[in-house]
Amino acid sequence: MSEAAVEKALDQKMNTVPFKMVGRDVSVYYGEKRALFDVNLDVRENTVTALIGPSGCGKSTFLRTLNRMNDTIENCRVTGKITLDEDDIYDLSIDVVELRARVGMVFQKPNPFPKSIYDNVSYGPRIHGLARTKAELDAVVETSLQKAGLWNEVKDRLHEPGTGLSGGQQQRLCIARAVAVSPEVILMDEPCSALDPIATAKVEELIHELRANFTIVIVTHSMQQAARVSQRTAMFHLGNLVEENDTDKMFTNPDDQRTQDYIMGRFG
Amino acid sequence: MSTSLLLLIIALIGFIAFLAGRSRSFARSGGKLSSLHSLPGYHGSYVAIWATLPALLLLAIWLITSPVYIDYTVRSSLPEPVQSQGAATLQLALGQVKSVAAGFERLNASEISAIENGSANMRETLASKGVALAGEGEPYMVKAAQQFNAMRQYSRWLMSVAVLLVSVAGAFYALRNIDVRFRARNRVERVMLGSLILASSIAILTTVGIVASMLSEAGRFFTMVSPMEFFFGTVWDPRFAAAGSGGASGQFGLLPLLAGTLYIAFVAMLFAVPIGLFAAIYMAEYASPRLRSIAKPLLEVLAGIPTIVYGFFALVTVGPFLRDISTQLNGVLTGNYQNFIQAQSVITAGIVMGIMLIPFVSSLSDDIITQVPRALRDGSLGLGATRSETVKKVILPAALPGIVGALLLTASRAVGETMIVVLAAGVAARMQFNPLEPMTTVTVKIVNQLTGDLEFTSPQTLVAFALGITLFVITLGLNIYALYIVRKYREQYE
Repeated sequence: MSEAAVEKALDQKMNTVPFKMVGRDVSVYYGEKRALFDVNLDVRENTVTALIGPSGCGKSTFLRTLNRMNDTIENCRVTGKITLDEDDIYDLSIDVVELRARVGMVFQKPNPFPKSIYDNVSYGPRIHGLARTKAELDAVVETSLQKAGLWNEVKDRLHEPGTGLSGGQQQRLCIARAVAVSPEVILMDEPCSALDPIATAKVEELIHELRANFTIVIVTHSMQQAARVSQRTAMFHLGNLVEENDTDKMFTNPDDQRTQDYIMGRFG
Repeated sequence: MSTSLLLLIIALIGFIAFLAGRSRSFARSGGKLSSLHSLPGYHGSYVAIWATLPALLLLAIWLITSPVYIDYTVRSSLPEPVQSQGAATLQLALGQVKSVAAGFERLNASEISAIENGSANMRETLASKGVALAGEGEPYMVKAAQQFNAMRQYSRWLMSVAVLLVSVAGAFYALRNIDVRFRARNRVERVMLGSLILASSIAILTTVGIVASMLSEAGRFFTMVSPMEFFFGTVWDPRFAAAGSGGASGQFGLLPLLAGTLYIAFVAMLFAVPIGLFAAIYMAEYASPRLRSIAKPLLEVLAGIPTIVYGFFALVTVGPFLRDISTQLNGVLTGNYQNFIQAQSVITAGIVMGIMLIPFVSSLSDDIITQVPRALRDGSLGLGATRSETVKKVILPAALPGIVGALLLTASRAVGETMIVVLAAGVAARMQFNPLEPMTTVTVKIVNQLTGDLEFTSPQTLVAFALGITLFVITLGLNIYALYIVRKYREQYE
């Protein structure tokens, strides 16, 4: 099946796609301060879900609850229930390390490790024992870099430091690094905010392609980006989920007045 | 007029000048402050600076040069027989004249005239006033002492007048300059800048001076003992400086001392590095902020303990403990109750110095580990790595150059450490590799050579400078290299 056909099929099935992750009454507290108020949000499989909203609205906070990165923040408390394939990820029986292998993350600023390109990509597979031989590891690195659209640019200098790449290449390296672990869900926290327009276009194209294999949740400040890359969009405001809808509908005929105002640029 | 009174008066003039300058600028502006280039306070400071700075400068120069001039004049007025007796005797005579002069200041006129016409014994009279004379004193000294006193008095009087005149003149000169568009602010700030530069150049010049004096003394040493003998000699046996002999009779081999220094520093690092590094990793990566806020200062208290206390601890506790435990061990194993660890040994000094170095290693490494960006931690954790995998595979490699720099800094402290080794390492300069036996270090030998009656012409004493400069070069090299590495590491994340 060609790529376009896959996409079309996916688009048609949109409303019948099963849920990959489900959040119910999710609230987050930083110490005494409450940052999220009873959010109910579902993430569909093989779909790009964009989280939009003004700064400080809680979209990044919600994103980080999905792979429990909030655990690393002191004083942070999460209530409610989030499931991944119907398993409660905040259940005591869940190993957070294992969860993060299944739900990968790409950060706002490209953060390659100060190692070679090869070591950056092979970092996850090595930790999780995904490759038994050097040849297998090489294959994982190659396919990951190919999926991230970086292979042709770096194949001759795999052993040069990852920090020596350009900003956009670094971010794609970080995506390759996340992909190499074969996660089911990839979370992206404003992945293009530190990139120039050309690098941004490349990353957006990449997100589009990754959708065939992964479920993607992306936080973005750019409405155009949300419209370009996502099929579903969720709008946050002051820690509340305002509206969640098909992206097309959201940007043409939103249900909520606040969404309308935000998209029109009246606030935020 | 005494110097302190003079200083007080200058300060007073300065204060008045400040007020005058301020009010004059105020008057010039005609009440419109905004028309002034500088605020009245700056004008006041400007006048105060002119009133005090040149006067103080003159005072300082006068205080330094006038005694030199007076000494010279009095010395050359001493009678011919004294003049011809050589510099040392002349200096002695001058010292006696000064004592007499100091004594005369406490006598009244009739007592002085009694001494002058010989009816009273000078030594006894002065002794009754609490001034002790070394000899009986010659008649010519009375005259010289009176000349000395007169000149001093005259100089003091002249100085007071001159300094006060300069002060007042400076104030008036500056006061005349004040105008609406006068840039007092810029000038005051230039003086400020000058004082800042002066302060920093004093610090630098002192260092240069110390190094230069060490170099010149070491140079004198090397005229007596050849550098080859010093740097490559394997025997340290300086003997004693025989009075008047002056020649080099001992052997001054640096190598046994250097070996001891490096060996003890190595043993110390062997203890300090793993413990300090593990403590730093725990503090930076695992400890909760509350525990960290309590434990880190506690650890750093160790760094505040004076090293002599560690030395004492080594001497009375660690050393005897190691000796006794080795005695028991030997007894139980072989039946021969003979200690195989000396109380003063490489291992005693090494352990105690290691304890001293732990806070340096941990505190420096902790700073470097916490400098590793949070993004790298998140990136690794986000890939499903555990905390310890993150530390091992991402944070430590990223922090490694900085940690190496920190360890080099610590090593340079270990090499230069004195008090612990003086008390715990022993004084025997030997080349051997058994850590249970005493060895000695460069610093211990510097202390040894400079203790007691000193004669700064013999190689036995001068060798201390050669040792000092050697040590200085080693630690300086380590420090520069460490700073270079640390700086390079910093750039990586900026």
